[in-house]
Amino acid sequence: MADLSIEFAGIKAPNPFWLASAPPTDKAYNVVRAFEAGWGGVVWKTLGEDPAAVNVSSRYSAHYGVNREVMGINNIELITDRSLEINLREITQVKKDWPDRALIVSLMVPCVEESWKAILPLVEATGADGIELNFGCPHGMPERGMGAAVGQVPEYVEQVTRWCKTYCSLPVIVKLTPNITDIRQSARAAHRGGADAVSLINTINSITSVDLDRMIALPIVGDMSTHGGYCGSAVKPIALNMVAEIARDPATRGLPICGIGGIGSWRDAAEFIALGSGAVQVCTAAMLHGFRIVEDMKDGLSRWMDSQGYRSIADFSGRAVSHTTDWKYLDINYQVIARIDQDACIGCGRCHIACEDTSHQAIANLRQADGSHRYEVIDAECVGCNLCQITCPVQDCIEMVPQDTGKPFLDWLHDPRNPYREAS
Amino acid sequence: MIESLNHLPRPSSDNATLADHFSDLAPPLTARQAAVEASRCLYCYDAPCVNACPSDIDIPSFIRNIHQENVQGAAEKILSANILGGSCARVCPTEILCQQACVRNNHQECAPVLIGLLQRYAVDHAEFDAHPFQRAASSGKRIAVVGAGPAGLSCAHRLAWHGHDVVIFEARPKAGGLNEYGIAKYKVVDDFAQREVDFVLQIGGIEVRHGQVLGENLSLGELQQQFDAVFLGLGLNASRQLGLANEYAPGVLAATDYICELRQAEDLNRLPLANRSIVLGAGNTAIDMAVQMARLGAQDVNLVYRRGIEDMGATEHEQHIAKEHQVRLLTWAQPEQVLLDDQGRVRGMRFARTQMIDGRLQTTGETFELAADAIFKAIGQTFDEQALSDHNAQTLAREGDRIRVDEHMRTSLPGVYAGGDCTHLGQDLTVQAVQHGKLAAEAIHAQLMLNVEAA
Ligand SMILES: Cc1cc2nc3c(=O)[nH]c(=O)nc-3n(C[C@H](O)[C@H](O)[C@H](O)COP(=O)(O)OP(=O)(O)OC[C@H]3O[C@@H](n4cnc5c(N)ncnc54)[C@H](O)[C@@H]3O)c2cc1C
Ligand SMILES: Cc1cc2nc3c(=O)[nH]c(=O)nc-3n(C[C@H](O)[C@H](O)[C@H](O)COP(=O)(O)O)c2cc1C
Ligand code: SF4
Ligand code: SF4
Ligand code: SF4
Repeated sequence: MADLSIEFAGIKAPNPFWLASAPPTDKAYNVVRAFEAGWGGVVWKTLGEDPAAVNVSSRYSAHYGVNREVMGINNIELITDRSLEINLREITQVKKDWPDRALIVSLMVPCVEESWKAILPLVEATGADGIELNFGCPHGMPERGMGAAVGQVPEYVEQVTRWCKTYCSLPVIVKLTPNITDIRQSARAAHRGGADAVSLINTINSITSVDLDRMIALPIVGDMSTHGGYCGSAVKPIALNMVAEIARDPATRGLPICGIGGIGSWRDAAEFIALGSGAVQVCTAAMLHGFRIVEDMKDGLSRWMDSQGYRSIADFSGRAVSHTTDWKYLDINYQVIARIDQDACIGCGRCHIACEDTSHQAIANLRQADGSHRYEVIDAECVGCNLCQITCPVQDCIEMVPQDTGKPFLDWLHDPRNPYREAS
Repeated sequence: MIESLNHLPRPSSDNATLADHFSDLAPPLTARQAAVEASRCLYCYDAPCVNACPSDIDIPSFIRNIHQENVQGAAEKILSANILGGSCARVCPTEILCQQACVRNNHQECAPVLIGLLQRYAVDHAEFDAHPFQRAASSGKRIAVVGAGPAGLSCAHRLAWHGHDVVIFEARPKAGGLNEYGIAKYKVVDDFAQREVDFVLQIGGIEVRHGQVLGENLSLGELQQQFDAVFLGLGLNASRQLGLANEYAPGVLAATDYICELRQAEDLNRLPLANRSIVLGAGNTAIDMAVQMARLGAQDVNLVYRRGIEDMGATEHEQHIAKEHQVRLLTWAQPEQVLLDDQGRVRGMRFARTQMIDGRLQTTGETFELAADAIFKAIGQTFDEQALSDHNAQTLAREGDRIRVDEHMRTSLPGVYAGGDCTHLGQDLTVQAVQHGKLAAEAIHAQLMLNVEAA
């Protein structure tokens, strides 16, 4: 069996599945249940200065898929609404009872040195393994000069990180907000400040839906609403890209990355790890299904690793990074063409109408004598966009087959059709 | 007509209990079930299910509307193609129509989308404040429709929609045709058929005159003179006969006559019950008859057919329903003699065993007898010649016993159209009749408008 244990930024854990700082890690009761279920670590729900934050009701709303599966959750909760003293006491006890698990404390205090200087020793005294700086909360806290507002200004990120490194000996993980244009700027700032790692993403500014009878967005508080932070499976593609951007940025090469955002299965986790993460954090999937999901995640990941011959997480961490590049370096001469498996095809016509109306008119609709249809790719018209394969309801029915064009590798920088090409 | 069974006992259960036996055979979907089922539809393009629907309902579109919580939009879409979408959702043999063609109707996809039940869900839950279709400005044209069955109602509605005025001449006291008088009670329950008729007539511009019988107190010639066009939706009103002695003895009855009585009965407990029944035939009418008798409490119901199971007109689904009701299907047996007791009432029937020899059905010489209190004939409906007895009507071209029409539902007489069971086109199904009526209305409308332009 593959070894799932990790050492991430100096923090040891029996597996790479950690719970993100959020309701699942709000108090000892939840965290103990999570550890009992098998989670490798937790990032405790973000602590702040007393008096504790106060939350409103209601707090969450969701974006649904066609079968009412939850694509994403939007929340307007703040950081912990319990006192600092209770949290610290519980953290101390839990760490003592669960020494093999990673216990990281998330922090958010005002952007002044005194505040950090005051809280850091208290946290260190709990015996926790590390701290995570919450610069990502997109609602409620920024208005108080905390959270995303700090995370959006690279100079602040660098400054706060440096204070933490100064007043605390624990590993410092900087959690990044996705509500910026170039994630690398934030990661570089954290790196300059001396961060031991970055974690990303926090939630994305969002409104999921509107109650059209009452004309109020969700979630509703009285007769008003406000934007919240979006997470869950819908944000995974955004998070994966941000992780990859940092992983392949020479300025932050080697900086450990903890992947977060829409992870709900072992496969999601493996993808984050392949694109450069050394550990992952999960929030929404646990909120939807409970802590038991970690069992399947561990089992699936280790079986897959066995099948690939990977003995440890480090064996495949970052393996997909070198295959990620800028568009301009892609091979313009590479060509795939759709091929329909006629035995698997159920004749729904979706590939045809998708290509006919919105792509390249490359799938013929051939009416058969018995009234049924046969759909055939017109090779000469197919540009290999994958759209038909995407809309086909039958898995593996449409295959994108690489063609032997006989042409050598050619990227856009050197393509004669590029008016700004580089002389070769 | 049910007098011929008057000597039989009455069911032992009371009316309320019996009524329970005739509730929906296929219960309607709940909102949750409809949402789950709607999400199974793949929203096919050039969808096979639509091509298989005789009335051209845009199925992927209405299902998508249900899924997007636009139930009214779904219903309007259905009704715009098929104004009797509510009854079709209940009576269509979907297993040989839309659901047969559904791309999910195979092993890999588990099961077809339940199109019929979704259609019913949409139409039942639409809750229109007013009739969803507004009439065009009056054309000043008047059209006579004979028969208020599915074909006639559909034709009348479409004509009224186009701004024409319609008079429907109907022989019976209620409109609806076989929806009211013939469909199995557990397919169209309570007063749905009448509520649907009311809905159709809501559009306005349609007058229904009852007790008007073509061939009796009405002639085609008169109608041609008084109206700008005539549509015949007469259905099939005669039952095929066995051609045996004693065929009219007490205890022998056409299945359709009994079903009609059953559908109209206010107290099911007062219907004659044939504890031991023989049903002759192999179509859905035979199945309906047998199953309804079983539901009334008959202990011993035999459905007898002179050929094999694979030749039966009833679909596999219908046969299955019969078996579920302990109806015995006896094949390769041909009626030979109606057996009477000493009071001259049915006591059973003698059958000759049959087989196929050189592609011809022949008796084997072997016979057997089945005891029975009643024999129900469901060996097919035929056209009632009486209706076309006046001079003009007699000149109508025919195809077998049916009226010949072209694809625009035109008969051989200019200005006279026909549709539904009384014509030779398509299958004898409610949905087909609705489509015929609609097509005829479009053809009549096009012709009348052409005449207006020419004038
Ligand atoms: C027992 C039985 C069960 C059936 N079950 C199903 C089923 O489950 N599903 C399905 O799709 N189809 C079923 N059918 C077939 C379906 O009912 C018919 O195809 C459909 O009703 C045909 O419609 P129509 O308008 O042509 O004729 P009809 O429904 O027969 O309507 C004809 C109308 O014309 C009137 N009329 C007739 N003669 C005259 C006249 N001379 N003057 C004035 N008015 C006249 C009649 O009173 C009647 O109202 C069944 C049929 C029978 C007999
Ligand atoms: C209700 C809720 C509260 C959250 N509170 C915090 C918080 O206090 N501190 C923090 O750093 N992130 C917080 N998050 C963000 C999560 O830690 C995580 O970054 C985000 O949900 C993306 O991961 P996911 O897609 O697995 O849910 C919260 C998320 C949710 C849903
Ligand atoms: S890959 Fe794109 S262009 Fe080719 S057939 Fe599919 S949809 Fe059309
Ligand atoms: S989308 Fe897939 S199943 Fe549907 S017609 Fe095309 S190839 Fe066949
Ligand atoms: S064939 Fe089936 S899946 Fe396709 S549109 Fe029709 S009902 Fe939906």
